[in-house]
Amino acid sequence: MRWLVATIAETFVETARTTTLRLDVPSWPGHRAGQHVDVRLTAEDGYQAQRSYSIASRPGADRLELTVVRIDDGEVSPYLTTDAEVGDQFEVRGPIGGWFVWDGDDGTPVLLVGGGSGVVPLVAMMRHHARVDSVAPMRLLYSARSADDVIFRDELPTLAAGAHREVTLTLTRETSPAWSGRRGHVNAELLAELGWPPSVRAHCFVCGPTPFVEAVSGALVDLGHEAARVKTERFGPTGE
Amino acid sequence: MRVVSRGFQGRARQPGGGLIPPGQYLVDDFPVLTAGPTPFTSLDEWDFSVVDETGAVVARWTWDEFRQLPAETPTVDIHCVTKWSKLGTRWEGVSVDTLLDGVETSAEYVLAFADGDYTTNLPLADVQDGKAWIVYGFDGDELEPEHGGPARLLVPHLYFWKSAKWVRGLRLLDEDLPGFWESAGYHNYGDPWREQRYWGD
Repeated sequence: MRWLVATIAETFVETARTTTLRLDVPSWPGHRAGQHVDVRLTAEDGYQAQRSYSIASRPGADRLELTVVRIDDGEVSPYLTTDAEVGDQFEVRGPIGGWFVWDGDDGTPVLLVGGGSGVVPLVAMMRHHARVDSVAPMRLLYSARSADDVIFRDELPTLAAGAHREVTLTLTRETSPAWSGRRGHVNAELLAELGWPPSVRAHCFVCGPTPFVEAVSGALVDLGHEAARVKTERFGPTGE
Repeated sequence: MRVVSRGFQGRARQPGGGLIPPGQYLVDDFPVLTAGPTPFTSLDEWDFSVVDETGAVVARWTWDEFRQLPAETPTVDIHCVTKWSKLGTRWEGVSVDTLLDGVETSAEYVLAFADGDYTTNLPLADVQDGKAWIVYGFDGDELEPEHGGPARLLVPHLYFWKSAKWVRGLRLLDEDLPGFWESAGYHNYGDPWREQRYWGD
């Protein structure tokens, strides 16, 4: 798999810590919703650093989009979210991963559960769903810390407004009484209420930090979902 | 053509030593990566099998029997395909050489199988001669479930997905058989020093 030159065509500040980079990547081979990409930065002296990022854009979109959260003591994410500007270049390699993907070629119900920036590959699936007018009922359960930490804030209502798509947001640390939505962590109770009954044999995708993925995937199995239908993707404490 | 990312400095250059394979970075913590929910198998039900190329179970241990086998305490560097490397990790477990001792085989490949339907394939030679272990201890403690407990394969010279978590046995094979990640875009062999991450690398 070759390294390709990516040029930043546009940046969009999602939250105080999160930026979406829209990239021009000539000869990008295309990707499936849920896949990721390797990014390689090169310094003047030839030093290089690589990290992996989930792809936010839907398959077939004009530009490859990466939505990156800044990790303050990280090496690559501060550059991508803060320093990089339109016209700057780096290299990408991909798409990568043939497991945590949703192609939308069947009508089986889908449950997406994302914690923090774990929502990124799930939104790629939702965007794909919207694009292909899928009739698979798809539910996204997205846990963020506070209203200010919600990525894709403006787009989520639009996605949720489409046929066969639902989005539920739950905030774990929001203190403002202005928030009238759900609060608290994703647990078995919430999954039983908002997810699918195990009998429909839904495809479940869970992405987020390790404790989140452990808790949610464990709860889904405890509720009776088949382990083989629960696909997970996680990033560790150091995951940039 | 080298593509310089304008203004990218990077971290302080890591002192040589040559311990970090290309494209990797050092971590102090221990990230977790798995494809599905963490399986929990009770130790009463746990066993470890060696299956030969005819499909016959040629060796099997219960948990108690397994823990009676001679243990080793390898200290090794590990390298995950998602880019992190961790140096000097301390493990406790049984050498695969001990498990294959007395097994007559002409197989050239092995498929490690694990709870959660995970498999990974390796040339048999890559788990022999002190290169691989079935470990149940990490850093002086029992191996935690999220890191593969009660026991995982440890093959430190290959990318860490080859070190199957929740491993339950080894199946000897005449013909190579791609495992879970090897069938999903990841390199069949996975040598971090040759940066064999994906198909075609």
